[in-house]
Formats: sequence, C-alpha cells, structure tokens
Amino acid sequence: MSDTENRRPETGAFFQRDRDWHPPAFAPGYKTSVLRSPRKALLSLDNTISEITGPVFGHSIIGELDNDLIHNFAKPGESAIGERIIVHGRVLDERGRPVAGALLEFWQANAGGRYRHKKESYLAALDPNFGGCGRTITDENGYYVFRTIRPGAYPWPNGVNDWRPAHIHFSVFGHGFAQRLITQMYFEGDPMIWKCPIVGTIPDRRAIEQLIAPLDWANTIPMDSRAYKFDIVLRGRRSTFFENRPEGN
Amino acid sequence: MVQDLGYLKETASQTAGPYVHIGLTPNFGGISGVFERDLGSVMVNDGTLGERITVTGRVIDGAGAPLKDAVIEIWQADAAGLYNSPSETRGAADPNFTGWGRCPTSAEDGTFVFETVKPGRVPFKDGRLMAPHITLWIVARGINIGLHTRLYFPDEAAANAEDPLLQRIEHRHRAETLVAGGQAPNYLFDIHLQGEKETVFLDI
Repeated sequence: MSDTENRRPETGAFFQRDRDWHPPAFAPGYKTSVLRSPRKALLSLDNTISEITGPVFGHSIIGELDNDLIHNFAKPGESAIGERIIVHGRVLDERGRPVAGALLEFWQANAGGRYRHKKESYLAALDPNFGGCGRTITDENGYYVFRTIRPGAYPWPNGVNDWRPAHIHFSVFGHGFAQRLITQMYFEGDPMIWKCPIVGTIPDRRAIEQLIAPLDWANTIPMDSRAYKFDIVLRGRRSTFFENRPEGN
Repeated sequence: MVQDLGYLKETASQTAGPYVHIGLTPNFGGISGVFERDLGSVMVNDGTLGERITVTGRVIDGAGAPLKDAVIEIWQADAAGLYNSPSETRGAADPNFTGWGRCPTSAEDGTFVFETVKPGRVPFKDGRLMAPHITLWIVARGINIGLHTRLYFPDEAAANAEDPLLQRIEHRHRAETLVAGGQAPNYLFDIHLQGEKETVFLDI
C-alpha cells in the first residue's frame, strides 16, 4: 500500500470552474461549435456527492505497452516511423497537490498528420506500425510518462486553409467526476499554434501557454528520444473545515 | 500587497474532436489489438444488485440533426444509493457495479445505449434526498468543454418534485428536459444541445 492509499479520502467540493479561462461553448471561429453550443445559461450549483465522487481505475486495466505508442500497434520487431519523443509530467490539482491514480488516455495522428480512423480521408499515408492511442495511470506523486512519435500538422475543413498545429489529445480522470477533463497538448515553438481556430477558442493567452509543452532537454535520451514535459492541473478541492449542517440551507 | 494564494489554474479544456474514438473507444473506432476491450462498455455483471434498465438516446444539434461522433459518459450510484468511489464515505458500494460507463453515439443513426441499474437516492448537501438520477457528460467535435447534465426518471414523480436541483430551475418547463421518456426498464433520453427544447446543462 502506498501512502496515498492509506490517506483518508477527500470529500470536499471542488473549486468553482473559472469559465473565463476555459473556452466558451459558442466560438464562431470554430464553425462546428455554432450548432453544438447551448444558448441558455448553465445552471450553477455547488457540488453534491454525485460530482465529488468519481470512478477510479486500477493498474490492472493497463497493459505492458499501453504507454508505448511506438510499439503498441507495431508488428513484432518493428516500430512506428517518425520523431521519437517521450512525453511526461505530473497531474496536480489547483492546490498544487499531486493527483495519484489518475487515468490518462491520449490519442494522436501519425508523423504525417494522418489519424487511424474510419472517417478520416486526408491523403497523407497511414503508418502500418502506428495506431495512435495509449493510456497510463499516475503514480503516488501524480507522475506519468509515455513515449510516442511526434504527430504531424493536419489540415481540416473549417476555413479554406486551416491546419491544426501538432497536438496530442488528453483525457483525464481525477478523483471526482467534476474534475473530468479533455484537452490538447501543443509543442513549444510551433508557429501553427497561433493560427489555429480551436486554440483560439481559449480567450486568455496564459491559458493557451499552459497547453504548450516545452522541450525538456534534461530528460532527452541521447541517441534515442527527445523529451517534452506537460503538467496538467485539475480542479482543487475545498477543505472541509465547516461543512453544511443538515439543518442548514 | 497581500500574500499570494498560490493556487494553480485548471488546465483549459479543448474539444475532443472528431476522432475521439481513437483514444476513448479504439475498438469501436476500428483500432483493435491495442486494448482488449473499450473501457466503460460494461457496467454490470450477473451479480449486480438492483433493477436492470436500459437508457437509449441521441444528442441533437441546433439544426435537429443527431451527432454521430459524440461520446457520452455516465456516472451514477448503485441500487442502494452508494457510489463506487474512494470519496464515498457512507458505506461500501456494490462491488459488481462500476457506476461508470462510456458509449459513443453510432455512426449510422447517432444513438447511444447504456445497460445499467436504476440508481438509489443519494443525499443533497443539507441531508435532503435527491431524486434518483444519472450524471451524463458529453464530448464531441464542436463542444469546447464537456457538457454536464442529469437524467431523472419519469416514474419518480414524487421524488422529482422534491429534488433540490430540479427545484432550482427557474423556468419550470425546462425541468422536463431532464426527465427521461419511455418506461421501466427501457428509458429514452434525447439531449438537445440548442434551441427550443434545449437540455438544462450544469456548471457544477
């Protein structure tokens, strides 16, 4: 048993989401959002037990190659084509505390910007040795690592000539369903980031910069792989000093 | 100047995009051999306690078309009203029930289906019981931040009438958007993203 497992579970409500930091639902520069965004205001409510709780996944679901996208779809003895990279970092909450046992799922295009998906028709070639999905669970310090191929930029039908910057999609579970998050990681120095209508849905430049993983030279493995570091922050929990009493409200 | 509170900012959300299946349901999306089965595709087993139910629905856009590229996740209590989560402190939930499921909408007609059990009631913060409900979270291309909502049951009129969340909906007719149709054990729940029948979404 780790320290984390011995610690009493936290039951406080999560900090309110700062919806000026997140992208709004209706962002007309990203055309698909126009018909897929609610027009009425959200109903705001402090967390109940339905949001404070959430599923937690055991390491038993994770296979040996689940965090190795270079090999988890490749034929034996072969590997995916492209720039070999390691992506690693920590999952923290807004209080700076590590989120242990968080399930991370990630997916991406191959080195040429081609996704392995039935509905994808971009003319760049599939890599027979690259699937593009992986997953892992953070350790007791909230740490995760996986290796993959750096994805290529990708054209998409929004404007006539819109291209996505190189990106990796991330899905994150914390400890409460209110922390559920899907986001995208971008790469330091990519000029496409500042042209992208999906990146541009985020109103605050600092919030965009938080999605850009720096090159982590110190962790680059000589003659093997470069490294990028990407920390993820989930909602923090209020301390439970003075909880509502039953007769309250 | 005062002390810095020292809190970090939450990582900003981005859309899951049209190829969300590659990461969340790869077998459904056509990638086999990486994960044995898609996570969240099975919530119950032969030993699960409670009334078996099926929830079927669609997610409909502002032009009336069902989304064929969305992924829905649900989170709910077991039949006794306990969550299968470390933050559940009232007792041990049914070990044969995950409480969590994930289903992509079909590429043909946009339907999603969950085989689950009817949840028991759980308390609101002040101790009052909430009506039985299932939390839903919807992501898709065009949705910049996952949408939270709840499904309530049409055969729980008395409990729904005293539910603290439903009571908070100022425009009373909008509360009906959170009550499923159909009847036990087959419930129907269409989610309208926009327009006249727009579902109530939660900032919670």
